[in-house]
Amino acid sequence: MTSIEPLPIPNKGGDRTYQMLPPTVFWRIAEGIPRRLVLILVALSIFVPLLLWWMVSTSGVVQPAYLLPTPGQVLGSLQRLWTEGILPADIAYSLFRVLSGFLLAAIVSIPVGLLMGSFASIQALLEPIIGIVRYMPAPAFIPLLILYFGLGELPKILLIFIGTLFFNTLMIMDAVKFVPKELIETTYTLGGRRPQILTQVIFPHILPSIIDACRVNMAASWNLVIVAELVAANEGLGKRISLAQRFLRTDEIFAGLIVIGLIGLAIDLLFRLLLKLSCRWAR
Amino acid sequence: MHLEAIQLNKHFPTRNGSPIVALKDINLHVEGGEFVCAVGASGSGKSTLLRLIAGLDRPTSGEVRVDGVRVTGPGADRGMVFQNYSLYPWMTVMENVAFGLKLRGMAAQQQQQAAAYYLEVVGLTKFAKSLPKELSGGMKQRVAIARALASQPKILLMDEPFGALDVQTKEIMQQFLLEVWRRTQTSIFMITHDVEEAVFLAQRIYVLTAHPGTVQREILIDLPSERDYHIKRQPRFQDHKEEIMDLLRGREAVVLA
Repeated sequence: MTSIEPLPIPNKGGDRTYQMLPPTVFWRIAEGIPRRLVLILVALSIFVPLLLWWMVSTSGVVQPAYLLPTPGQVLGSLQRLWTEGILPADIAYSLFRVLSGFLLAAIVSIPVGLLMGSFASIQALLEPIIGIVRYMPAPAFIPLLILYFGLGELPKILLIFIGTLFFNTLMIMDAVKFVPKELIETTYTLGGRRPQILTQVIFPHILPSIIDACRVNMAASWNLVIVAELVAANEGLGKRISLAQRFLRTDEIFAGLIVIGLIGLAIDLLFRLLLKLSCRWAR
Repeated sequence: MHLEAIQLNKHFPTRNGSPIVALKDINLHVEGGEFVCAVGASGSGKSTLLRLIAGLDRPTSGEVRVDGVRVTGPGADRGMVFQNYSLYPWMTVMENVAFGLKLRGMAAQQQQQAAAYYLEVVGLTKFAKSLPKELSGGMKQRVAIARALASQPKILLMDEPFGALDVQTKEIMQQFLLEVWRRTQTSIFMITHDVEEAVFLAQRIYVLTAHPGTVQREILIDLPSERDYHIKRQPRFQDHKEEIMDLLRGREAVVLA
C-alpha cells in the first residue's frame, strides 16, 4: 500500500503573495459610478463631437467649403427655416405620419403578440409567415405601395405600419414567455377563466415590456418616415433634406438631421417617462 | 367536503422511451375540516401529486374526486398556495386578496369587505395598500394564504408553503397557519419535506417514498389539535418524528444498496 504523498507546494500559505483586485472607479463592472463623473462624461459625449465639427469646418480643410457648414451656419438656417414656418410644417407632417402608422401597428401588434405568446396554437399559425415577412426590408415595399395607393398619405402610413408591425408583435410575444407559470396557475385556482388570464394577468404583467417594445420600434418608425419622404413627398423632414441636396444646401441638410435626431430622442424620453409613471411596481 | 385520490398514476415520457413513473397507485383522502400533510423526500412526486389534485396536470390513470365530482381541471373549490407566493406584483395587498372575488364578478364593495376580513385574519390590515415587493417573505405568504382563503375554497392545497422562509419565520408561520385553520375550519392538504413541520401541523400524515412515488404509510398524529411549539419537545412528538424519519431513511437505504 502506498500512502498519499502531500502535494509538493513550495510555499504553502504564509509567504506566498496573493494578488488583490486593484481598486478602480472608471472600470467597475456592472456597478454605478459617482454622479459627478456621469455628468462630466455626458458633457464630453456631446461637446467633443461638436468641438471637432466646429474645428474642422472653420479650419478650411474641407474644400469646397459648402460641403461642411459651420455650426453657426447650421444654427442660422435652423432659425430661418423655423421663422419661415417651413420647419414647423415639416415636423407636423412627419410626426403625423409616424404617429398614425405606429398607432395602427400598435393596435394590431399588441393583441396579436399577446395571443401568440399565450397560445402555442396561435404562435404556430402566425410565426412562420411573420418570420419571413419581417426579413423583407420595409423600404422594399415602397414601389408596391406607390403602385397600389399612389403618392398620398396612405402609402407612407402603411410603410411605417409594415415596418413596425412584425417586430413589435414578436417582441410582445416574447415578453409573454416571461410571465411566471405559477402566476397563471394561481389564477386558475382562484377560478380565473382563460380570457380573464389574458386581460387581467398577462396583459398587466407585460405592460412594461409592451411600452419598452414600442419605444424601441418607434425608433424604426421614425427612420422609415424619413425614408418614405425621401422617396416621395411634398413636405416633411425627409423631403426637406432631399430638396436641400438638390440646391447643395448642406446647412439645411445638417439642420434637418439635427431636428430628426432631437425629435427621436424626445419621443424616446417620453416613452421612458410613460414607463416610469405607469409601472411603478416594476422598479 | 370529501376529497379522494383513487389509484392515481402519473408517468412522464422521456427521450429514451421508458417513461418515468412519478406516482404509482396513490390512494388518499381528506375530510372536511382536516389538516393533512404528505411528507416525502425530493423525487417522491409530492408536487406532482398536489398538481393532480389541483387539476393543473392530468393523471396518466386514476382520478381525483371532490365531493364525488371528478376533477378535470383547476377550479376555485381547490385553493392553492405555492412556495414562491406568486403574488400579482402590480396589485396592492388588498387587490391581491380581492382578486379571486373580482374574477368571480363580485361587486366591488363586497370584494373590499371580504378582502378586509381575510387581511384581518392574517394580520396584515396595516399593509392593505402596500405592493408585494415591499413585504417580507413571511408577509407575502400571508397574503397568498389570505387570497386563497378569500375565495372560500373547499380545501386549501399548499405546496411547501414555508420552504423559502428562514427557520424563525417558518416557526411563526406554522403557528399562524394552525390558528388560521382553527378559525376558518378550512380543510388543508399540504406537502412538505420537513418531517417536523408535518408532525407539528397535521392530524394525519401520508408518508411518500420515491422512485416511484408511493404512499408508504398513513400515520394518525396522536397530539391535541391545540398546539404550540412547546409540543415539539414532548416524547410523543419525537416518537412520531422518529417513526417517519425511519420510514424515509429505510427506503433510501434500499435504493442506495
